[in-house]
Amino acid sequence: MALDKVGIAKRIAQELRSGWYVNLGIGIPTLVANYIPEGIEVEFQSENGILGMGPFPFEGEEDADLINAGKQTVTLRKGAAIFDSATSFAMIRGKHVQLTVLGAMEVAQNGDIANWKIPGKMVKGMGGAMDLVASAENIIVAMMHTNNKGESKILKKCTLPLTGVGCVTRVVTDLAVLAIKDNKFHLIERAPGVTVEEIKKATEGDLVVPDFVPEMKL
Amino acid sequence: MNKVVKNVEEALNGIQDNMTLMIGGFGLCGIPENSIAQLVKIGARNLTCISNNAGVDDFGLGLLLQTKQIKKMISSYVGENEEFERQMLSGELEVDLIPQGSLAERCRAGGAGIPAFYTPAGYGTEVALGKEVKVFNGKPHILEMALTADFAIVKAWKGDTEGNLIYKSTARNFNPMMAMAGKITIAEVEELVPAGELDPNFIHTPGIFVQRIFKGSTFEKRIEQRTVRKRN
Repeated sequence: MALDKVGIAKRIAQELRSGWYVNLGIGIPTLVANYIPEGIEVEFQSENGILGMGPFPFEGEEDADLINAGKQTVTLRKGAAIFDSATSFAMIRGKHVQLTVLGAMEVAQNGDIANWKIPGKMVKGMGGAMDLVASAENIIVAMMHTNNKGESKILKKCTLPLTGVGCVTRVVTDLAVLAIKDNKFHLIERAPGVTVEEIKKATEGDLVVPDFVPEMKL
Repeated sequence: MNKVVKNVEEALNGIQDNMTLMIGGFGLCGIPENSIAQLVKIGARNLTCISNNAGVDDFGLGLLLQTKQIKKMISSYVGENEEFERQMLSGELEVDLIPQGSLAERCRAGGAGIPAFYTPAGYGTEVALGKEVKVFNGKPHILEMALTADFAIVKAWKGDTEGNLIYKSTARNFNPMMAMAGKITIAEVEELVPAGELDPNFIHTPGIFVQRIFKGSTFEKRIEQRTVRKRN
């Protein structure tokens, strides 16, 4: 069965490594913080100026001066640090953040990503996404494999305006874990109960399928 | 040097039509609420506003959109605002969207005397259109120009009579860089104390960047997305 958003977040959480500083985008990526595997220690960076971001506050303890990049009220963990936006993006641009997880509308087999603009619709802006994808060493994209019409969002070439070029290395969807290498998608794992055929059908880009494709363990 | 002005009226004196303003804040967090209310009263029009976001319909810079005082917005993200959307789609409002890190650095550069810098952010996207591209260490970068403003209006937690500022939590955001990049920088603070009361070791914005400081009369501090967890 295809994964729901929580399933995608749980699978991405398995990619976390101790000692990493991690920036989580809005939406599914935010959920990753809830499923950090036992024994793994990471710090979350929020690009509006937090290292060591904690969970949402208890009711009544919200602080208007303490929000995350999604403008949600949050808390700080012990040892947290606060800084301005230029310093925050120095961390990002300077490759001090080890992993960026973000959502996408389209991903292409050359690593291009589109996630900020649909022509003809209201454009809200790219926020920090372009800075993040241009500099992160590891980018995991969390997304649905197809759109609500069933059309693939895992493409040979992006059709929407790009957020970044040749930057995505890994994609976790409701159907599969894919790696991007040598201008192709490589099938790494499939969601529990999802067949290789189903994944092939939902993938427009070139897909390399090994003889054995393990199921995700969630 | 005493930078204190009596009130918000005196602080914003001189702001006129067609000026470029930097306004600190991220969403509704750390915005100079008192000064924005005063901008509505002054009624200056055709303003270019540099601010990470554009507020919501009835708060923050959204108030200046309602009165149609803004001609152009320079921001990284402008969702959550219906009037903004209407003015943008009808062509009344010009919008320049900039990657957030480039926006922050362009303000910092403006204040630091650096006319332009190269960044990888936006390379290969429409943000790069018309911009010089240069390859460093095998990776293409685009040239981004510094930003400055006629007035920068920032909001701090504590300030002293010398204009030294301390921000609270994530209300810091764009305020320190914008404070550096204003020809005249106005600081609106929650607490205004005599020189000597703030520990010099913990000043975020040194007073040299601030020309006018005043204590805001009210701070609503509206929360845009109230998210909480239940106590067990």
